[in-house]
Amino acid sequence: MNLEKVIFAFFIVLALTLNFGFFIGDIANPVHHNVYELFAAIVVSLIATILKFGDRTHIGAVLLATSLVADLQLIVAAIVWAFVEHVSDAGMTPHAMAAIVSLSGGAVLANITSVILLVTETVMVRR
Amino acid sequence: MVRHNIIFVLLRRLHSPLIALVCVYAVCILGFVLIPGLDDKGQVWHMDFFHAFYFVSFMGTTIGFGEIPYAFTEAQRMWATFSIYATVIVWLYGIGFLLTVLQEPGFVQLMEQTSFQRKIRRIRDSFYLICGYGDTGSKLVKALTESDITAIVVEIDPERIHVLELEDHRIFVPGLCADASLPESLVMAGIKNKNCIGVVALTNDDAANLRIAITTTLLNPGVRVIARAETRDAENNISSFGNSQVINPYVTFAGRLAMAIHSPGTFLLHEWLTSVPHEQLTEPLFPPHGKWVLCGYGRFGKAVHERIVAEGLDVTIVEAKPEKTNAPGNVIVGRGTEAVTLEQAGIENAAGIVAGTDDDANNLSILMTAGEINPDLFMVARQNFRSNDAIFEAADIDLIMRRGSIIAHKLYALMRTPLLAKFLDLAREEDESWANQLISRIGGLIADKPPLTWEIDINMTQAPAVFERLETGEPVQLFSLYKDPQNRDNYLDCIPILIRRKGNQYLLLPDEHLQIEAADEILFCGHQKARIMTDWLVLNPQVFNYILSGEEHPSGYLWKLLTRHAQKKNQQQQAK
Repeated sequence: MNLEKVIFAFFIVLALTLNFGFFIGDIANPVHHNVYELFAAIVVSLIATILKFGDRTHIGAVLLATSLVADLQLIVAAIVWAFVEHVSDAGMTPHAMAAIVSLSGGAVLANITSVILLVTETVMVRR
Repeated sequence: MVRHNIIFVLLRRLHSPLIALVCVYAVCILGFVLIPGLDDKGQVWHMDFFHAFYFVSFMGTTIGFGEIPYAFTEAQRMWATFSIYATVIVWLYGIGFLLTVLQEPGFVQLMEQTSFQRKIRRIRDSFYLICGYGDTGSKLVKALTESDITAIVVEIDPERIHVLELEDHRIFVPGLCADASLPESLVMAGIKNKNCIGVVALTNDDAANLRIAITTTLLNPGVRVIARAETRDAENNISSFGNSQVINPYVTFAGRLAMAIHSPGTFLLHEWLTSVPHEQLTEPLFPPHGKWVLCGYGRFGKAVHERIVAEGLDVTIVEAKPEKTNAPGNVIVGRGTEAVTLEQAGIENAAGIVAGTDDDANNLSILMTAGEINPDLFMVARQNFRSNDAIFEAADIDLIMRRGSIIAHKLYALMRTPLLAKFLDLAREEDESWANQLISRIGGLIADKPPLTWEIDINMTQAPAVFERLETGEPVQLFSLYKDPQNRDNYLDCIPILIRRKGNQYLLLPDEHLQIEAADEILFCGHQKARIMTDWLVLNPQVFNYILSGEEHPSGYLWKLLTRHAQKKNQQQQAK
């Protein structure tokens, strides 16, 4: 067992699960989407990205790319959230919530790709 | 070799500080979000993520923006205190780590290599790879850049690379600090690059030069290799494969010195034709015939002795360690720096003296002592290091032989025009009066600048005007290649000195009425301006036509049509 691999897989899977937890629920209903969960998803996603830095294999490069996509989607979602809450006069509307959640939905797809790649690599190594 | 991406290497090294930064920020932000505060009306208020992120961001980096949006409660202040220390420490850790990584020798080397490779990739011209940047190497690089030839330097000594970086060359010369005998250094320096036209191995280690020659022949066959070899063994070894040329610095140097003594005309011809741009033109010298004294019988002294004796001159050898150097029996033992030894060698009635030891200070001392005893001596000094230029020039010496400079000149001539090397070989076989005649001819063409030599190959790309004319079967005589395109009655300030025909047939100083053949390679020597003119007339069919016929033919279709029409009319009238 390799501790590095454990931590690596842990963060990748955790990024997906947190992200999914935030994403699930009625898309336009703010009650279904917890802001703490989005925060945790962003933090874990960032850590997962940093862990992937410097892997020069092909699969490592693709993993890094999917992770960067997830970061981008989640950070944009957070910025939209901050904007509608504090800057725009209308406040949180179902429309804005739908935008935030759909952005995180995109991140879910990217994270799923990451996990699929991780599983593929694991199956290929068989150790 | 794998091309490292510097950013990725840096990020991988920075794993831990980056993760620490993210974690500390996350904990601090979360703390501010969870700890309840009081707003201006005294009601419980929770900071949201946006404000928490804002506060933590400026707190860690500036400290002192104040408590926003409302004054903090005691619990919040306690958390803020913790956060300040945590974030400041994690920032210091991160930045300190970054600076350490950036200064690590391995990383610095990686950055230098990356920037070097980037420079190599940007080079679009063909270039020479110079391995070894000593006296000879630096002189050669200077000469090459003066004539717009790109060079790349690989040198093992970091000091010499710094010297290269500080020198002001006309063209930028990238330098790599690496062991040139390792194939990967040569690959990094661009040996596999299609623009690489030659490799010059000038390190002071014969084995390294041999390895460079082998690597080059294997990795990029067809590229020219010029290698320096000090022993006969290494010389034979290197010249046995590929298209490599070998230069033995001692033999070359001694050959030049002997030539300077016994045939000054041929020597001057060599000096002129191999001179580097912007150098001063060497003045002719006339060393006297008679008895010579040779101080120093090392590798160099032996080579000189062999040459001078072959010329039938009377030589007395002065050598400090005759047993070690296998000197002949009649040698005078001593360094030559003291008057006694020189008097023993018969300096009073000698015609000239050669100070040829491998110690510059001793050489100067020998000449100064000898000059006091016999002021009429012709003095020849061997200068080993370029750093001693100033003192050698200050001393009143008739002929200074600089080793680095002579080898560099020879290399430069080889690299510029391969024909020139052949010409010099042939010229050495001619006698002194032949050389003197040629010198006065060349001297008349050039003012006081060194003559330029250049090659014109009669083929479709280099001389289309001449080549097309030959294709039609019309004869072209040699003199038409160096007539003045502005007035065909005048000759340009240059002369053809050698022609190479198909089948390696060489014609030395060809007659001006010689018929040119396709694939001839002609070596010209003369003034810089003449070169531009000859290039113009062999490229431009109009100009060449004017030279041949004295008429200017129309070039456009319309004019051609009109003149043809007029000619027909003329012919019809004449027929009537």
